[in-house]
Amino acid sequence: MASRNGKEIVIEVRNLVVGFGNHIVLDHVDLDVYRGEILGFVGGSGSGKSVLMRTIIGLLPKCSGTIKIFGVDLATASDSERHAIERRWGVLFQQGALFSSLTVRENLQFPIREYLDLSQKLLDELAVAKLEMVGLEASVLQKFPSELSGGMTKRVALARALALDPEIVFLDEPTSGLDPIGAGDFDSLIATLQRTLGLTVFMVTHDLDSLHTVCDRIAVLADHKVIAAGTMDTMLASTHPWLKAYFHGKRSRAGQSEAKGAAAEIVPAKR
Amino acid sequence: MSDLLLQGTADGERLKLAGGGAWIAENARVLETQIDAATQRSDAVRRVEIDMGSVGQLDTFGAWLLERLTRSFSSRGCDTKVIGLKEDYRALMAEVHGVKSEQGAPRPGGNSLAGTVASVGESVASVGETFVAFVNMLGALSVALLRVAARPRTFRFTSMVHQLDNVGWRAVPIILLITFLIGCIIAQQGIFHFRKFGADIYVVDMVGILVLRELGVLIVTIMVAGRSGSAYTAELGSMKMREEIDALRTMGFDPVEVLILPRIVALIIGVPILTFLGSMAALYGGGLVCWLYGGIDPDIYIQRLKEAISLDTFKVGMIKAPFMALVIGVVACIEGLKVKGSSESLGLQTTASVVESIFLVIVLDGFFAIFFASIGM
Repeated sequence: MASRNGKEIVIEVRNLVVGFGNHIVLDHVDLDVYRGEILGFVGGSGSGKSVLMRTIIGLLPKCSGTIKIFGVDLATASDSERHAIERRWGVLFQQGALFSSLTVRENLQFPIREYLDLSQKLLDELAVAKLEMVGLEASVLQKFPSELSGGMTKRVALARALALDPEIVFLDEPTSGLDPIGAGDFDSLIATLQRTLGLTVFMVTHDLDSLHTVCDRIAVLADHKVIAAGTMDTMLASTHPWLKAYFHGKRSRAGQSEAKGAAAEIVPAKR
Repeated sequence: MSDLLLQGTADGERLKLAGGGAWIAENARVLETQIDAATQRSDAVRRVEIDMGSVGQLDTFGAWLLERLTRSFSSRGCDTKVIGLKEDYRALMAEVHGVKSEQGAPRPGGNSLAGTVASVGESVASVGETFVAFVNMLGALSVALLRVAARPRTFRFTSMVHQLDNVGWRAVPIILLITFLIGCIIAQQGIFHFRKFGADIYVVDMVGILVLRELGVLIVTIMVAGRSGSAYTAELGSMKMREEIDALRTMGFDPVEVLILPRIVALIIGVPILTFLGSMAALYGGGLVCWLYGGIDPDIYIQRLKEAISLDTFKVGMIKAPFMALVIGVVACIEGLKVKGSSESLGLQTTASVVESIFLVIVLDGFFAIFFASIGM
């Protein structure tokens, strides 16, 4: 497996081109994700963040380029190799994508039941354990996805993504549609689970708070390319106009503290 | 990978367990049986020591099984200690330790006799509910129709034409094909059996009356129920699932007026036309078989047809068509609006829609038969 600066690369994207018809969405994109990190992936709406994620997990075809996961190129891998890789990742879809005709318990047990041959007792206990790890109570188990609130759906979907103890989890806007408290809880939940389970997290997000609090590294997609990848400090120091607008905008922490500083300067002048 | 994931040595009331290998999902099954075996050891055990020092890997599966092991000993009043756990896994164990082992209360219901009786009762009651819903929908439709009649500009003409294209125009080829074949089959069977009595020519009477009075309209409406009724239910159902219907309501639109009225009007216009086309295709098919298989000349076929059928025969079929269209449309829309959040319920309601509308169409046909007989048509 490739590595850089002593860190092992688990997802390696090189010269990836993805397009629909004549419309190029990703143009020669390079991206590395290291083992054990939480990578926040940002970009404008419609810039192709989800497209990149879906291409990495093999839901969309690519035009050219290579994607290696755990050092294996999925395009040339045999069926059994691909299966083994798919078993090592979990995906949280934007809308949860829970199976609507199965209860929460069955949703959680579904991947475990398919891949492992465990006793019903252990399956039931594991469903409870997984559910409580994402901060829900066992009473939710009997519910159907249509009876869950938005935040609960996200948590159950995360529990299902984590059902097989994957090494990589892909999260597509995990905190969108949650209130700030719920989003904060979700962030710390992801951070806790990442620490305890040693996960690598690939998180597509727009939530600046998530980027600040949980992400080890941030990658930015703009103009069909990954224009920057690095820590929050690198992002804040960057002079790229899009990055400045994003990280120093009105809604960003940096932007707010700058505004406060300016206000503080104005107040004495008024007196 | 070693099979010895858990080894135990008992020493009086002390039990020493030593874990080993990888306590991960792949080994969970083996590990579970070994753990259960360990817990079922002698009751004399008072103190348990679990040495996790040589466990190479641990994931939530292994962590939970370790937790289960310590819990089952602790609940028996044993003094349980886990030693040698790697630093990396402490957080995971702490996480699992907080899990309450209680299961959520199971959903009520089961396969008992009472359940069976209850489900029979429920389905009987649901017949009544369906009837009420049917009448309700007819009422809502009438109200919407009156409102639209007062302000004709509010009628969704574009939507109606679009639906008419879907349920009418696009259905023409398949309806023509099927009714043509039905006409052929009736004529062939008729000739085959009537020939024994030398009554071949009466096949024309049979084909004419059967097709125009009953079969044309029945075949067409059954086709439409399967083809368009199910589509209506699925469309409205998925709109319901995605809260599109609620959205319409909050914007001050009446879903009956916007979605349902144009669909049902399209059916009421489309089905009689399809019935007419279908009947003609069946007569054509019958004539063709009479000529090629029965040796009845087309001229004679038409001549005989003129004598056998009257305008009434044709009217009987055509009068029924719009009523059947109304039944199909109303049932399809009711079932569509009954859809709840899951994809399974969408499937259930679509099935119910097709089954109910075909059933009702046939029942209605029976009532019409009695009615027309008593007024002498």
